[in-house]
Amino acid sequence: MSVAFNIVVCGSLVPDPLQTLEPIQGATGPALKNEMMLPSVLDPWAGHSLYEAADLAKKTPGSKVYLLSLGPKAKLQQLMMTIAQKVPFELVCVDGSASGFLDSGEVAAALAGAIEKIPGLDKTKLLVFGGCSSASRDAGTTMQMIAERLGVTDVFLGVDELKVQPDGSFKILERIEGGQYQVSACAGAPAVLGWATGNLPEPPNNPQVGMANMRAIMPALQKAQAAALKTDAIKFASVELPKQQRQTRIVKDMPVEEIAKEVVAWIRG
Amino acid sequence: MEKILYLAHVDPNGALPKVALEALNGALQTAKGMPGSTLVIGLIGENIQAAADSLAACGASKIFGVSGKDFGMARYATDVKAAEAIAKAAAATIIIAPATSRFARALPGAAFRLKAAIDTHVSGMTVTGGALQVQRWYYRQRMVATLSRTARPWILVVDSGVFPVWQGTKGSAKVEAVALTLTDKEKRTQVTGVQAPSADAQTIRPDAAVLFVAGAGWTKKQADGQTHVKDAEQLILGFLKNAKASLGSSKSLVDQGSEGEQVLSFMSHLNQVGQTGSTPRHPKGFSTCCHGEEPHVVGWRFINERRAVNIDANCGWAQGKADVLYVADAFAVVAKVNELLAKG
Ligand SMILES: Cc1cc2nc3c(=O)[nH]c(=O)nc-3n(C[C@H](O)[C@H](O)[C@H](O)COP(=O)(O)OP(=O)(O)OC[C@H]3O[C@@H](n4cnc5c(N)ncnc54)[C@H](O)[C@@H]3O)c2cc1C
Repeated sequence: MSVAFNIVVCGSLVPDPLQTLEPIQGATGPALKNEMMLPSVLDPWAGHSLYEAADLAKKTPGSKVYLLSLGPKAKLQQLMMTIAQKVPFELVCVDGSASGFLDSGEVAAALAGAIEKIPGLDKTKLLVFGGCSSASRDAGTTMQMIAERLGVTDVFLGVDELKVQPDGSFKILERIEGGQYQVSACAGAPAVLGWATGNLPEPPNNPQVGMANMRAIMPALQKAQAAALKTDAIKFASVELPKQQRQTRIVKDMPVEEIAKEVVAWIRG
Repeated sequence: MEKILYLAHVDPNGALPKVALEALNGALQTAKGMPGSTLVIGLIGENIQAAADSLAACGASKIFGVSGKDFGMARYATDVKAAEAIAKAAAATIIIAPATSRFARALPGAAFRLKAAIDTHVSGMTVTGGALQVQRWYYRQRMVATLSRTARPWILVVDSGVFPVWQGTKGSAKVEAVALTLTDKEKRTQVTGVQAPSADAQTIRPDAAVLFVAGAGWTKKQADGQTHVKDAEQLILGFLKNAKASLGSSKSLVDQGSEGEQVLSFMSHLNQVGQTGSTPRHPKGFSTCCHGEEPHVVGWRFINERRAVNIDANCGWAQGKADVLYVADAFAVVAKVNELLAKG
């Protein structure tokens, strides 16, 4: 049986994890200091799902990958300079905040609305991919709400593997407790999958892929609609950096025997 | 007047997972802090009577249940439907549930159907001036927020290690069954099993007292210009066995597998701790051959005592991230530690 998919990958930008973050009180709630200036990366778990989507599309001819991003247009444009070189996709952009302090219900509504508007999308072949959790809100709730809005009832979270079987059905591995996988058999598309790291390395930059992607990315950015995102659902009493900074005891020139004794006493203590 | 629903599912063996018994204490504490509120229980699973009996003495006024073969498996469509039905039957305004993988998958969908708000990874709950506030972390454990919501229902999915395990005597409980009819569409997915790592690769032990973290240094060239991956494997497995520790890893070490470099045979992405890995909870953490960079250390947020061994005195652990940094060769230190631990 020949199968082809329309894979929509939901993924936006998050601050580069090597940056120091500081919360501030913004006009509509908490925000990050210098948020618009912070270098950003594609949200890591969503990034893994993009690479998995591209791999699946390659293996199933006739498939197509869309990257759906809700974020500030100008920052998305910067991000695309690197991401566009990774794998072939068509960008669908919704202009709006990528803040972790937004309620996931608002984000899901904006993303599901954008999916509904993708011209020619075949919902019977639809796979919605994304990260199992963002590096900003870290809630793991958006994908399920998108599924509900689209009427998709097969949802998986913490996915590391999706195998399409000869009959078009799926075998899916999801991370569960204690380093184990739950194995599921799903009848096939449509389905929504929140990915963990998957099994693929980050693809090297390919300037040709970048050039091909960029032709459609610029118009997509230009026609991006602004999302109406409400910010009044959550009342934040405080947002703080953890206070604990440890006084590290740096032990140099201690004989190995002594170190080992200290470590064992500590482990047993 | 809040109607608090404590919602849990049972394990395949019919018992409640540990994190569910912890969340129960959270629910009881919340109910106590809100005079006039009521607390009821909702249970989901193939057979829930034993779990209901085990909670008979907890003080809840009623137990609702969705049970039967279709609810034995952790499947999104049926779990969402069950959670929604119980919440409606209970007319719940606040729903407190444990952060199991099963509920992490299903409850956000139930929130949508109930037109409820949801907060996950709840790491604290307090009632101040009659109002419930919760704590949760943002930006992968880099900042903590205290927040509240006026919307109801409000679903709170509570992380493990936040509350002590509830303990109480068994009794005999009456379960009010909530009946559901499933459609074929809701059964498109079948859970066919669980894939556990082979016995010697079973390195993730959430209940261990110590987390042992291995970094990429274990597979790098050492002072003699050679790599010693086989020795590293022996030393790490030796430590795990002797200290009954759980194994964590840096990203660099687990990524080596997909990048075709020499790897530790028992290590996978599941072991990765940090920004794009896990945030385990253990009383102690021992880091070896790992640089202690910020994207890694954010995964140590809930590790109380931290020690590290690194040959570099300026590594990240030295910058206030560990309590003790031993500037030494981890191969030598772990070999000696294993020897001492084995002696008992
Ligand atoms: C988007 C993004 C997400 C990320 N997510 C994560 C994440 O989830 N988890 C994570 O871990 N990282 C993450 N990182 C990567 C992170 O920034 C670091 O690159 C990584 O943690 C480094 O791993 P390491 O310390 O094992 O390796 P290295 O940086 O290579 O350090 C190896 C260390 O071993 C020491 N060493 C070598 N030999 C010995 C010896 N004999 N004895 C003692 N010490 C020795 C060296 O001194 C060195 O400090 C992420 C990065 C990005 C950009």
